[in-house]
Amino acid sequence: MSDHEYTPKSKFGKWFNDRLPLLTLANHLTDYPTPKNLNYWWTFGGILTFCLITQIVTGLVLAMHYIAHADMAFDSVEHIMRDVNYGWLIRYIHANGASMFFLAVYIHIFRSLFYGSYKAPREIIWIIGIIIYLLMMAAAFMGYVLPWGQMSFWGATVITNLFSAIPLVGEGIVTWLWGGYSVDNPTLTRFFTLHYLIPFLILGLVVLHIWALHVPGNNNPVGIDIKKPSKDTVPFHPYIVIKDGFALLMFMIVFAFFVFYTPNILGHADNYIEADPLVTPAHIVPEWYLLPFYAILRSVPDKLLGVVAMLSAIFILAALPWLDTSKIRSAVFRPLYRQFYWILVADVLILGYVGAMPAEGLYLLVARIATAYYFLHFLVILPVLGFKERTLPLPLSITEPVLGGSPNLAVAKKKSEFK
Amino acid sequence: MSEKKTNRRDFLFTATYAVGAVGVGATIWPMIDQMNPDASVKALASTEVDVSTVTPGKTITVLWRGKPVFIRRRTKEEIAEARLVKLEDLKHPEKDQDRAKDPEWLVMLGVCTHLGCVPLDQKGDYNGWFCPCHGSHYDISGRIRKGPAPTNMEIPKYEFVNSNTIKIG
Repeated sequence: MSDHEYTPKSKFGKWFNDRLPLLTLANHLTDYPTPKNLNYWWTFGGILTFCLITQIVTGLVLAMHYIAHADMAFDSVEHIMRDVNYGWLIRYIHANGASMFFLAVYIHIFRSLFYGSYKAPREIIWIIGIIIYLLMMAAAFMGYVLPWGQMSFWGATVITNLFSAIPLVGEGIVTWLWGGYSVDNPTLTRFFTLHYLIPFLILGLVVLHIWALHVPGNNNPVGIDIKKPSKDTVPFHPYIVIKDGFALLMFMIVFAFFVFYTPNILGHADNYIEADPLVTPAHIVPEWYLLPFYAILRSVPDKLLGVVAMLSAIFILAALPWLDTSKIRSAVFRPLYRQFYWILVADVLILGYVGAMPAEGLYLLVARIATAYYFLHFLVILPVLGFKERTLPLPLSITEPVLGGSPNLAVAKKKSEFK
Repeated sequence: MSEKKTNRRDFLFTATYAVGAVGVGATIWPMIDQMNPDASVKALASTEVDVSTVTPGKTITVLWRGKPVFIRRRTKEEIAEARLVKLEDLKHPEKDQDRAKDPEWLVMLGVCTHLGCVPLDQKGDYNGWFCPCHGSHYDISGRIRKGPAPTNMEIPKYEFVNSNTIKIG
């Protein structure tokens, strides 16, 4: 990957590096040539790394005080909130951290969608990302079960019951997942174990995600291939480190706002009632970040097909590099895609909204239309658009539109305004 | 290279892979099966309920295997209503006679067959149960009439030990 051989300056460094080339790796990471036009939407990779570390560290601390037993879990969480020194702070960071993690990952995913970062040669980065996203959802779901409140219990019941939609073996799988005939203590202890494991799996996949990224290098807002290193790139350190750092600081302000001012706004009051297997809360909704998929599940009136639709909505993303037939990456040069992109954003937000509402009347109708459009976007609009769309001419390099004459009228016009 | 004869070494490789696969399978199975219900969970398989205080038109809910069981003592009108329903109107056709051996007593798992929530009593469009999670409507026989649930609410194995006691399981 490195375009130049690296030799440590000190004698010890050289001795060490010959045996374990950690310094070569560190040098690669600092000198890593990065497109110089990366905007703030590119800072969310770093922000997500911060979120993962935050969740692992606060989670470790919580695990020191939490008791994974159906009779004691709820009380142990209250014990953390009231008795443990700074327990309230650590738990609120962990609980809101999950939401912040998803907020960042959605921005990261939609950044990819806008700038075509999933296209060749970055398909593997994208697919690893989708696997990370799936694991995040699994971790978040199981983490939400651990406080053993009403939403924990009934959320766990509803989600595990999704598997009962599988013909023939479904019921057996659900019993196996539960370790009993309902969600109970065996379910809680295994969810705790898996909730503890998954972040480390994610960490491993993040390493692969970054490794796969460093082979072709970053995509950029213009979406063209660039020569690395060249006039179009800057070294990762200090340029990108500073930019990422500043964005992270802004993100942490938002994070801290939730933790210190409205720590429960993203949760449900019902989860402060201890789990009761005899009473289902009147209105069960998952956490906000799963709502669009929940809306898709509920919009299909058949149990098996509802589950299939919901899972397809996620897995369809993995096929995106092949569903999008356009060779042009960035939506900047795709006038039609750009509009469909924003319609998709609105569609997903609408799905999220109706997912939080009762599945009846107008809400159900809207959910059905939005679900149909979601699949239409990926299965029809994207494949067709690649052939039909008249894209704008691409610049030859990142530097060219700024320094030389540009074939792109929009950019050229902007330039003439400066004169 | 074109004609590759099977020799002793190929046989040994195949035999080794086969034995290896059996070994891996035998090792993985206990790891998978440990997640199934254990002996202590299975031991709680039956429960006895005193129903002497249940008057007609009333439902009690008891816990069996961690799940709610509805025991409803139905009124005459309710029985008539349940029995009058035509089978072709049902998504999951079952006669009320087959669901309630003693027409006065409906004993069923209070678990929505959609995704496992507990339906609410005397709600919904069919005067039976209504699941608040995803809007399934059940009639007074616990049969699915409207909404995403695929089947009627399940009838567990139960028997009257005496006129006042039901044994579930």
